[in-house]
This record gives sequence, C-alpha cells and structure tokens, in this order.
Amino acid sequence: MPDQLIFGMEVVLNGLMAGVLYALVALGFVLIYKASGIFNYAQGVMALFAAMTLVGMMEGRVPFSHLINAIFGTEIHHFGWHLPGLAAVLLTMVVMVALAWVVNQLIFRHLVNQEPIILFMATIGLAYFLEGFGDMMWGSDIKKLDVGLPQGINLMIDETTFNIFGYGFFIDNLDLVATGVAALLVIALVIFAQYSKQGRAMRAVADDHQAALSVGISLNFIWVMVWSLAGFVALVAGIMWGTKSGVQFSLSLIALKALPVLMLGGFTSIPGAIVGGLIIGVGEKLFEFTVGPLVGGATENWFAYVLALIFLVFRPQGLFGEKIIERV
Amino acid sequence: MKQRLMTALAAAMLVASPALAELTIVDTSYRTGPYGANGIPFSDGYQDYFTLLNERDGGIGGEKINLVECETGYNTEKGVECYEATKAAGNGALIYQPLSTGITYQLIPKVSADGIPLHTMGYGRTSAKNGEVFKWVFNYPANYWDGASHAITHILDLNGGDINGKKISLVYHNSAYGKEPIRTLEELSKKHGFELILLPVDHPGQEQKSQWLQIRRDRPDYVLMWGWGVMNQVAIQEAVNIRFPMENFIGIWWSGSENDVKPAGDAANGYKALTFHNLGDEYPLYDDMRKYVVDAGKAAGAGDQVGSVLYNRGMYAAMLAAEAIKTAQEMHGVTAINAAQMRDGMENLEMTEAKMTALGLPNFGPEFKVTCQNHGGNGFGAVSQWDAAAGEFKLITDYFQSDQEIISALVAEDSAAFAAESGITPGC
Repeated sequence: MPDQLIFGMEVVLNGLMAGVLYALVALGFVLIYKASGIFNYAQGVMALFAAMTLVGMMEGRVPFSHLINAIFGTEIHHFGWHLPGLAAVLLTMVVMVALAWVVNQLIFRHLVNQEPIILFMATIGLAYFLEGFGDMMWGSDIKKLDVGLPQGINLMIDETTFNIFGYGFFIDNLDLVATGVAALLVIALVIFAQYSKQGRAMRAVADDHQAALSVGISLNFIWVMVWSLAGFVALVAGIMWGTKSGVQFSLSLIALKALPVLMLGGFTSIPGAIVGGLIIGVGEKLFEFTVGPLVGGATENWFAYVLALIFLVFRPQGLFGEKIIERV
Repeated sequence: MKQRLMTALAAAMLVASPALAELTIVDTSYRTGPYGANGIPFSDGYQDYFTLLNERDGGIGGEKINLVECETGYNTEKGVECYEATKAAGNGALIYQPLSTGITYQLIPKVSADGIPLHTMGYGRTSAKNGEVFKWVFNYPANYWDGASHAITHILDLNGGDINGKKISLVYHNSAYGKEPIRTLEELSKKHGFELILLPVDHPGQEQKSQWLQIRRDRPDYVLMWGWGVMNQVAIQEAVNIRFPMENFIGIWWSGSENDVKPAGDAANGYKALTFHNLGDEYPLYDDMRKYVVDAGKAAGAGDQVGSVLYNRGMYAAMLAAEAIKTAQEMHGVTAINAAQMRDGMENLEMTEAKMTALGLPNFGPEFKVTCQNHGGNGFGAVSQWDAAAGEFKLITDYFQSDQEIISALVAEDSAAFAAESGITPGC
C-alpha cells in the first residue's frame, strides 16, 4: 500500500477524533438554541469558567483570593486540601447549575419574547462578564488540569497498525476517551429529550413558548434546566480541551471551532452536531494533508469555514436542522 | 449653574496642577485576553523595578518616575489607542515597550514622527537594529534573527559542527511574528546544508494535530518553535504525545516560560528555550525588590511572579530603560530629561558586567554597547533547559554570539528596503 494512502488513513482517524472534540463544544450551543432560540455566544467562556472552577475545587483554591488579599491585606490562597477529581466535578456541576439559575433570574427571565438579536446581545454581555468574573474568582494564571485521563499515543493501535501496514498510527488516548464520553453524552441527551417528562417539556418549549406555558410548563424551570445541561456539556468540553492545553483564557476561543460545525450540522440537532463535527474534523485534516503543503499550510481554520459556507448556500438550515417555513 | 461652576473649577485645577513626576514611563501591558497569562508577569517585573527605584533611591537622579499603565489586551488597535492616549502624559512619555510585534509595526512610523523612543526587546521589526534607518527604534540586546542563529549554533555544537543533511522543522505562529525567523533559517540552511521544514500554526494554536502528525512522519532531527500563548503549551503537549525527544525541541525566548511547560507536567523535562537574560531569583537586587516593593505591598501584581522567566524579562527591560535614563542625564546634565534626550541615552547605552554587578544583577545579561549604527546590541544569547523536578529553567550554555555574517547582511538588506519605501535617507 502506498505510504501516502497509509498516512491519509491516519489523518482521517485523527480528523474523526478532532471532530468529536469540536462536536462536544457545539453540543452546548445546540442545547440552548433548541430550547430557547438563543445563540449562546458565552458557551466557550462557560467551558473556560467550568474548567477553572474544576481546577480551583481540585486544588482547594480560595475563590476571589486576590481580591480578598488586596482589600484586607491578608495572604490567603488555598484552603489546604485537595479534592479528588470526581468530587470536584460534582461540586463544579453544582456551581454551573447555580450559574444557570442566576443567569436566568437576572437576564433571560426579563427578556422573554424579545427579538433573537436582543437575546444574542445579552449572551455577548454574559460572555465578557464571565471572562472577567472567572479571572477574578480563580486568577488568570495557566492551570494544569489532571483528572486522571490518559494521554499520549495508544500503544495497542500503534502496534496493531504497524503489524498491518508497517507504520504505526498515532491516536491520542485522550481523544479516544473524548470519543467515548461524547457518544455517552449524545445517547444520554437523546434519551432524556425523548423519554423523560422534563425532556418532553423541553421539546415543547422549543416548539412553542406560548403553547408550552398554556399547558402549565414552567418556562423558568426549563430554561434553568437547559442552561444547566449546557453548563454540564461545557464542563465536559472544558475538561477535554483543558487537559490538552492547560486551563487558560484561550479555552474560551474553542467556540470558534464549533461555529462551522453548527453551520454544517444545524443549530437544532444533537446528532447534527456530532455528524457536523466529524465532517469538519476529517475535512480540514485531509485538506491540510493534501492541499496544505501546496499553499504553505495553516489551511484548517479557513477550510472549516469555507466548507460550512458551501453547506449554507445549498442547505441554510444545515444537514439536520429544521427547515424554517414562515406562512404569510 | 452650581454644577457648571464646580466642573469649570475642577477643570481649572487639573490644568493648573504641576506635573507630579518628571520621568513618565508608560507600560502598555496586557493583563487580559488570550495572552494575559504572559503579559502579567512581564508587566509586574517592568513596573516593580521602577517602583523599587522610586522607593529605594527616590527615583533616578533625584527625579521620581511616573508610571502610567495602559491595557492593550495584545490587540494592535488598542495598543495604538494606548500610545495616542498616553504619549503626552505627565511631561511626555519617555519610552514605549509594547511587548507585541503587531503593535510595534504600527508604532514605528508614529514614534518616528513624534520623536519618542521605542524599545522592542527581543521582538518587533528585526531590521530596526540598523539605527541609521530606524532612528527612534531600538531592539537590543537580541532579536529574532539572532534567536534563529542561536538555535542553529546550538545544534551545530551538539553535532560537532556538522549538520549537513539533518532535518529541522520550524513550528511557527502563522503571523508576522512567527514568520520573522524564516528568512534567516533559509540562509542558514544554505550555509550549513540542513533541510528546513516549515509548519505554520493558525492563531490561537489550540489544535495542532496536523502539524505534529507531519513531524511524526517526517522524523526531523530537531524542532524549533516560534510560538506565543496557548500555541506553546499545546505544542509541548503534542511533542510529548508523539514522544519527540524534548532535548531536541528548542523554542524561541517567547516559548520558554514556566507557563509553557507546566501544563505538560514532568514529561516536558528537557525542553529547551533560548534566552537573552539569566533566570531565577538568586540576585542581590531581588532582596531589595522584596523589601521595598513586594513586602511593602507596592508590587504591581500579587507579588507571586518574582523570579519567573517573564517577570525577569520585564524587570530587565525596565532596568535597561533606567540605565538609558541615567546615561541621558549624564550626557545632557539635566535630570528631567525629555524623549529626545532619552533617545540619546539609549543610543549611548553600554551594559558591562561591572555595571550589572553594581545593580545587584551579576551575570544577568550579556554585555553590549549600543551605537548610532547598531540599535540591536551584539546579538548574544544563551540556551536554557526545563528541569521539571526543580520546576525551573536553567541556563545550559554561556552567552554566545549569533552568526553576524548572515544577520548583518539581512539587516542591511531589509532596512535598506524600508528606507527606500519610506523615503528615509540613512545616516547618523
């Protein structure tokens, strides 16, 4: 088998893995958009905030310690204890639910029935607020995140592919874990949306706010629930990306990777986010592998958006999005 | 009416107030945004040194230093806004140190027109080394092209002076900054016969799988990195993932802080980075820094960055600015110098080991002398290596000079092109 074909297979596999990581970010956008029609600009910052909170909990950092020390002249930084990963994840989830409740009470409760652009602008404000709030709460240093996930080359795949092709494929163990987690997450979300009472209520709200209200569904509860779910997805994305690069401000920019995925998969489809992620992941990696060397490289960001643009032209609602029909 | 009267009174008081300090230094910092984690220690070091001079010595030559901070967020437009908003602060800003190649490129024509010196220490436009063309811009003690040469010289040393046929990959930030060393490396590749492989990474550099898969396929002997921010941390983690030997991975000085290696943990042990100043906090000056600044609660930040790589670099930049002010004061016989006199001080700055020892910073930086023709120093640098167990970078070489034969020719060529397109007649 020609070397380029073998290398290409490795690139495709890695593209699929990268796509899963993009999809993890996109899922958070989909959840909120599906239930409330809000394009949540703050989703990337929520991933950052969740990851910062997780590290803070694990390391026993005192929240707002810089502020407290500056005001009172104290020197407190740590509580002196370290939490195991699972306990820290659970506590972080509590914080994300609290954040969802506060966001709903202070912002979106007052914006029911407003134009989508108003809601979008509100999420921009929320994003900038959370950026500063997170830094103030946990500090802006780069934090190492280690919840015990394996990282580095998967030796079994390396050896197996070496025996078959004479060249061992590189697959990152962390990417394999991310794939498993994403699969579980999607299955759980689909089951929740289809078969649970709250899930059906969420879909009802997504279909028609007024009709849902008229049958006694609490809009407030559903929105808090959806923002909490998005917070959970943000936490998962934050763990995966934060383990790769450390927890730092740039984590909030992973939202840029989710946009072409949403444009391609559709803003309202959970499976669409996954399929869109996989197409973008494989597409950009293969393009970089084949065309990149001819044009100087660094084509991935460009290609992802061009691919999404092409889909927009022919299928504006995305692959799995709901077709918008307005009767006049 | 009463409100108007109060407003007019307040405005009159502001105009009539004498300047509170005579030497105005602007710190165009970035404590927020994707590069804030690196901007904070640099800015802390820069400001803390001037605070130390104010608190311990009463300023420089008896003149207090007026520190003005302006947040750029590493954003070029904001950097230019900061410059315009602060250039007339106090008695006029004496020097700018933007810590951004993008902002530097925008400020070069502005500072040249306004007559305010710009110091771009280890970054910015490399050919600004030619003082005959770039009268108001200084980039001592080393620049990117020096850095490229330092890396290759180090690799030559490791290979007995022969790297013919070796493969060297450059992983670089796909921006003006990241592209700076390419020309020099191409020239060095012709001279020494190594194969250069270029691997650009788009901003911010969170996803680099393609580049590191290619490195795994190409199997280069060495990888060089020109990165900043998250790109560094991801690259080092990816290198660990593919089991690239860390001692063969060399970053420019902007890819060599504790921030860059700590996320990868112990696996980053052995990673190398270039530097043009020394590391750690075992210097007499830091005793004073703790006594007069940090412990006195006057530090610019939380005081937790003292001795880190980027804190040292910011402190070094401030120290070089302060020494230029002293030189200017001696040259002109005045203590309250202006920006033009500051430029003279910078152009006649000479850093000797004796001077650095007297400052409490023995062996902290290379010796160099600035002249009208040479605004970039003598091109000395060193190699540091990350010791994960100790949690610090350590110098593993002495300071050595870059390949002046190649770099001087490139500086002359690039600065001549700039002079031609800008209508500048070179000269001193």
